[in-house]
Amino acid sequence: MRFVDEFRDAEKARALAARIASLCEPGRQYKFMEVCGGHTHTIYKHGLEDYLPEGVSLVHGPGCPVCVIPMGRLDDAIAIAEQPDVIMTTFGDMMRVPGGRGSFFDSKAAGADIRMVYSPLDSLKIAKQNPDKHVVFMAIGFETTAPSTAMTVLRAKAEGIDNFSIFCNHVTIIPAIKAILDSPDLRLDGFLGPGHVSTVIGCRPYEFIAAVHRKPLVCAGFEPLDILQSVAMLLEQLQEGRVEVENQYTRVVPWDGNRKALQVINEVMELRPYFEWRGLGFISHSALKVRDEYAAFDAERIFPVPGVRVADPKACQCGEVLKGVIKPWECKVFGTACTPETPIGTCMVSSEGACAAYYNFGRFTRERVRVAITR
Amino acid sequence: MTPDQQVQASWAEEAVREAALQESGLSAGPVGQEHLTKEQQVLQRIEAARQRKPRIKEERITLAHGAGGKATHILIDALFLEAFRNPLLEALEDQAVLDLGGTRIAFTTDSYVVSPIFFPGGDIGDLAVNGTVNDLAMSGARPLYLSCGFILEEGFPVADLQRIAASMAAAAQRAGVSIVTGDTKVVQKGKADGCYINTAGVGLLERPAELGAHRCRPGDAVLVSGPIGDHGVTIMLARGELDIESDVTSDTAPLHGLVSALLDAVPAGVRALRDATRGGVGTILNEMAKASNVAVVVEENKVPVRPEVTGACEILGIDPLYVACEGRFVAVVDAASADDALDALRHHPGGEGAAVIGHVKDDPPGLVLLKTGFGGTRIVDVLVGDPLPRIC
Repeated sequence: MRFVDEFRDAEKARALAARIASLCEPGRQYKFMEVCGGHTHTIYKHGLEDYLPEGVSLVHGPGCPVCVIPMGRLDDAIAIAEQPDVIMTTFGDMMRVPGGRGSFFDSKAAGADIRMVYSPLDSLKIAKQNPDKHVVFMAIGFETTAPSTAMTVLRAKAEGIDNFSIFCNHVTIIPAIKAILDSPDLRLDGFLGPGHVSTVIGCRPYEFIAAVHRKPLVCAGFEPLDILQSVAMLLEQLQEGRVEVENQYTRVVPWDGNRKALQVINEVMELRPYFEWRGLGFISHSALKVRDEYAAFDAERIFPVPGVRVADPKACQCGEVLKGVIKPWECKVFGTACTPETPIGTCMVSSEGACAAYYNFGRFTRERVRVAITR
Repeated sequence: MTPDQQVQASWAEEAVREAALQESGLSAGPVGQEHLTKEQQVLQRIEAARQRKPRIKEERITLAHGAGGKATHILIDALFLEAFRNPLLEALEDQAVLDLGGTRIAFTTDSYVVSPIFFPGGDIGDLAVNGTVNDLAMSGARPLYLSCGFILEEGFPVADLQRIAASMAAAAQRAGVSIVTGDTKVVQKGKADGCYINTAGVGLLERPAELGAHRCRPGDAVLVSGPIGDHGVTIMLARGELDIESDVTSDTAPLHGLVSALLDAVPAGVRALRDATRGGVGTILNEMAKASNVAVVVEENKVPVRPEVTGACEILGIDPLYVACEGRFVAVVDAASADDALDALRHHPGGEGAAVIGHVKDDPPGLVLLKTGFGGTRIVDVLVGDPLPRIC
């Protein structure tokens, strides 16, 4: 299929794999973090690690929007959904995320009106169709999805729709990367930058990573060849002694980002003083809330929100997984107490979560799978 | 919200305690496994956890329980099988094979709740006939008689019901079956969604062939009878929530003719047949791998998928391997019969798009592995739920 097959060409992959192998210093171990959960998904879905030499390992990062939602926040959302005459709308992958008292799925089964939507505009449509109900959109995601949420609020205001609000959980990527860089347990050789976030914020915001932290970053696309090429670009920098921010995903990511989208976010939202991230704790200035001017569309101000913090179970190591400190299988509850059927951690729920990807697509050592297939 | 208010997620702590308790019996014994890496030991522990008897943890039924994936399997194993246990049911095939005084018959039932009721290429009526005909055909039986039960919502248009009945009649004629008994119930408005149909069917097993998901052996070839995922994508697009238009239509069709052609061509070579409905080909292959304790290796490039279906799946982030078909089956045949089997399918109407998509191997048992089009390798697991509820 056009625009798909050309980015999944096995022959080009073999050529890139050879290039990657030739760029590696013999005996050296390279560790690159793919920041974005979309990359993690691509890596596992296509079995991309089969093309990487022993010396190159990919570490999964914090950029999975579902994974970073803390349990308490989900309890708040469910509390809103259970208010009388409320329709809660959400992206499908939030449905199974467990909070302190269960998931949206459980709450829906118990009677709450919770519906899956593909876009916040679908929520607005539901609001128009149900004038006697209040429709809340569970807004999640990094800068990638924040513009569409903000646009929807602007449209609701322009059309005078007064039974629609958002429960804003938008987060920003840079503070999360800073948290990784400040983590003492991690030795990384570079980053595969989050492609879709960068379509909005551009590549400039990453420059401190090269300038201050002396780590190269290549903004990477989401097809498997994009990722292999980005790995090659990182290795080229290291071989040539360069430390820079580069853009592999030029067909989508402008260096300066999307100014219009940033303006729209800025019009409707502002930074919160602090926000809790699943497994990472409180990070200052790391999330967005609705500005006072749009308070009428802010579910947090319309409904009583319990705002209780739910502690991660002690055995749960989502934080270390999100920071790339441990591999999913190294978590104490991975695959035993925490499985896709009965997830404890968010990383086991979303298709972009490192644990779900590893459990569903990996689970056996690469060696055994390779032997089984080629034998 | 202040950082110091904090409560415990008691269910999660409970889950951790319970897993630790169950594991204390298992993990004590990696004796003789010291040579394994830490990762291999963890993976073994996970396998042991997966072998444990499933238990329903939810307090209420969720949509996932009806999606045909892991949650459905757990519900069947832990609740229905426990309550009804008998040797015929335990096989967990799509139909039971009964011996009535020397005559072998196949018996099955299925309920249909598809939304929307009318969709490109079919409607709930022909789906209800074809689905049950196909469950019979997968045992090698000749489908003969069907029952049908209607659950209707107050206010449902009679014209729509006439249209559904007409389409059922046409489908029954095409499949050579008669609808010989039935039932009608009406519930108050809001207590159902328009029209639900249950059909049960019986068929006659005239061939000696014994088919079953547990009969796959290393070396066998795995075939599909045509391009996959058409029905699921059609339903998804017909709901109109995505604003995507496409010419793809449902593949709903009776399969007994195609099955007959296959069994005529290689009477002794066919091990197992299953129609790839809810959960798609990926789920069926997992069921077969598990039932036969073998590995199934699939080559992504050889799996027939229409470009429209690939496109819709790409946009939605769904793997076509998990998308439902209503007129396709998976056949496992012994290696020596593979060419003849493929030839027979391709020369029969409805089987033109058949293909060999993979093979059965011995290790790792119970797993489906995929050689991706990109040239990598990965597992194809059973999904927990289905991203597309009410597909059939």
